[in-house]
Amino acid sequence: MVADSGPDPRSPIDPAINTPGREGLTGTAPASLYAPSPDREAITIAPDFAPLDAQPAWRQDFPVDWPQDLYVERRDFMKFLVLTSAAFAVGQIWIGVQNWYRRHSGQPPVRRIASVDDIAVGAAIGFTYPDEQEPCLLVRLTVNEFVAFGQKCTHLSCAVIPRPAEGSFYCPCHEGRFDIRTGVPTAGPPQRPLTRIVLDRRGRDIYAVGVEQRTA
Amino acid sequence: MRASTRRPFSREQRLTIIHGMLMFVLIVLVLQLWLLSATMNAWLGGDDSSVWPAAAASVACLSLNAGLYLYLVRMERMRKGQG
Repeated sequence: MVADSGPDPRSPIDPAINTPGREGLTGTAPASLYAPSPDREAITIAPDFAPLDAQPAWRQDFPVDWPQDLYVERRDFMKFLVLTSAAFAVGQIWIGVQNWYRRHSGQPPVRRIASVDDIAVGAAIGFTYPDEQEPCLLVRLTVNEFVAFGQKCTHLSCAVIPRPAEGSFYCPCHEGRFDIRTGVPTAGPPQRPLTRIVLDRRGRDIYAVGVEQRTA
Repeated sequence: MRASTRRPFSREQRLTIIHGMLMFVLIVLVLQLWLLSATMNAWLGGDDSSVWPAAAASVACLSLNAGLYLYLVRMERMRKGQG
């Protein structure tokens, strides 16, 4: 038989069982059990989840609710991402508008570039086509073989340098190389070929008659 | 659900919701970035067939993201209205 050693200290029984707030409750339930609990939203949770009394004084003076802080951070980040998404969509529309202008700008003009006698075999001369902002290179590969390409590297628009002896155009910015016959990238970061200028030989004169942009 | 039985989400629920939204928005954003770079590459190479379809897809992605953000704003308004 176990001797009665008094109330269990691990679960103290509220002695005031006859208080007005306890009507209808059993004798072992603490009075605070059915007391209205504070709104969870109103409880400030610290970053270490310890109660406010255990926090340093500065945090007690200026408590920051950690879940709410995380929520606000993420909400602001989401706002930034949505703005970035809008910027991408605007960029996409900008490409469409530029494309419309390109389609409606008409055919490039026919322009005389040089005479056959102006350029030696293995040499190159510069010209602009179809407007003054587009530098190009005309290269004489053999006696009767001429090629012309836009001078802007398709990586970041640096000016490429013709190297007929090596059979390539060289971009000094990022070590890009293009085949001198086709303008196709052979080394470095460029992915697209150089813009090809369509040539037409009329007697001793060489004319630029068109622009051919290519993806491969 | 009737308006009378609605109640605002708790703090923990809101955090879970916004984490889910962020993941979705980030994935859509990566898709948009790929779309922009691929379209730009094709267009600079003279291929303009994908310009407007890609623009439409990008605007659709934006509307998805903006819709999610509006849901977030509405969720907060509901909390403030009932809190």
